[in-house]
Amino acid sequence: MEIPKSFLGYKRENGRAGTRNHVIILPVDDISNACAEAVSNNIKGTIALPHSYGRLQFGADLELHFRTMIGTGSNPNVAAVIVIGIEPKWTKRIVDGIAKTGKPVEGFHIERTGDIGTVMKASKKAQEFVMWASEKQREECPISDLWISVKCGESDTTSGLASNPTVGNLMDKLEPLGVHLCFGETSELTGAEKVCATRGATKEASDKFMKTWSAYNDFILKEATDDLSESQPTAGNIAGGLTTIEEKAFGNFQKIGDCKFIDVLEPAEEPKKGKGLYFMDTSSAAAECVTLQAAAGFNIHLFPTGQGNIVGNPIEPVVKLTANPLTVKSMGEHIDCDVSKILSREMNLSEAGDKLIETTLRVANGRLTCAEALGHKEFVMTKLYRSA
Amino acid sequence: MATDIIIHDKKDNVGVVVIEKITPKQDCKCWIMEDDSSTDIQSMDEIPLGHKIAMTDLKEGDTILKYGHDIGKVVKSIKKGEHVHVHNVKTKKW
Repeated sequence: MEIPKSFLGYKRENGRAGTRNHVIILPVDDISNACAEAVSNNIKGTIALPHSYGRLQFGADLELHFRTMIGTGSNPNVAAVIVIGIEPKWTKRIVDGIAKTGKPVEGFHIERTGDIGTVMKASKKAQEFVMWASEKQREECPISDLWISVKCGESDTTSGLASNPTVGNLMDKLEPLGVHLCFGETSELTGAEKVCATRGATKEASDKFMKTWSAYNDFILKEATDDLSESQPTAGNIAGGLTTIEEKAFGNFQKIGDCKFIDVLEPAEEPKKGKGLYFMDTSSAAAECVTLQAAAGFNIHLFPTGQGNIVGNPIEPVVKLTANPLTVKSMGEHIDCDVSKILSREMNLSEAGDKLIETTLRVANGRLTCAEALGHKEFVMTKLYRSA
Repeated sequence: MATDIIIHDKKDNVGVVVIEKITPKQDCKCWIMEDDSSTDIQSMDEIPLGHKIAMTDLKEGDTILKYGHDIGKVVKSIKKGEHVHVHNVKTKKW
């Protein structure tokens, strides 16, 4: 298949391109959710991103909160942002961070005004933003403007046999075209960590990966009461035939094909070393991982599943693929790309990779994903430890 | 062309069932992805889609190889053709 050299995206002020054109209402903290949701209810075409945190956090955990908030607003899939927080200082810090992209952003704080007054002021600005954004047109953008993140979920042995290698095949074909790529799931590389480390493009990248994996593994060993038999693999993984974390890890690892990673990113950290594959230190929980990758600037997500994970994200479209014929049959409304014919050997891996590239480009051009059509908007902040 | 079981790597001592299920005493066709070769095995158990079958006799303490790599240890001896899963294999990590 000849791979298209371009897609239709929204060009942004900072030179990036979006696959979507969202106007978001971003609460700084948990207690501002009601206000943000009221604004999005008033002004059609906007979406609120409620979440559970943002108060009394400190240290690295607070830095991650700000990085996730600013990164989410800065993502090129977002045209304009309304930020609403209880206090002016943290609200302004997030507004200033997003404003560096050059996109329209305005902040509102609730203290001394109350919800009702804030909803009124923010709604007026949100209406202005959404009507402005509605005139934006899709334009031809080079395929290298795609920043593709990947994460698998509800995996089973069909993931390692077929759907994850399909993503790997796509990576092998798109990496030479200059796209940015990102995989994560630190804990789910356990058992395959040494093999994964050999895939660093430089010794520095390999060493950084091993350091990151070891720190996460030490944390798990410290907090685990007995073993992780209820969590890793999950009950769904086990039902699907996965027996151990090592087996899950080697399946997971198929997603990167033959690519080498050029750097290891902190959670929600924007890649700074140009095109190529990056590893991000993330949880293996689907919504947390995708939220962090979207906050790092990735504009389309590929999600292979075995038993049928249903996750979506409010700003980054999540394309699902599966090779499990039972999942296609019983949960077809969640599957954007069916590669189950690999198992019956009616389709080879390269054909499956081509099919996924085609699906990915259709979604990049504007076709809704299953998760978008079904209303999945999971926005889940990663929290490193208890608040003060 | 049709296959009942797929094996990732020639070194592997387990294969994955890729049809809805296999039944006891079923003669199964296996395909080895690494070198596109074929082999046969008779199953001992009913094994559902996605679950593993032992391609050889395995004793306690043996290592299970899949993708050509170590994915855990045998904790209860397994005969060729039997179901391989959490009842007879455990992680070496955690």
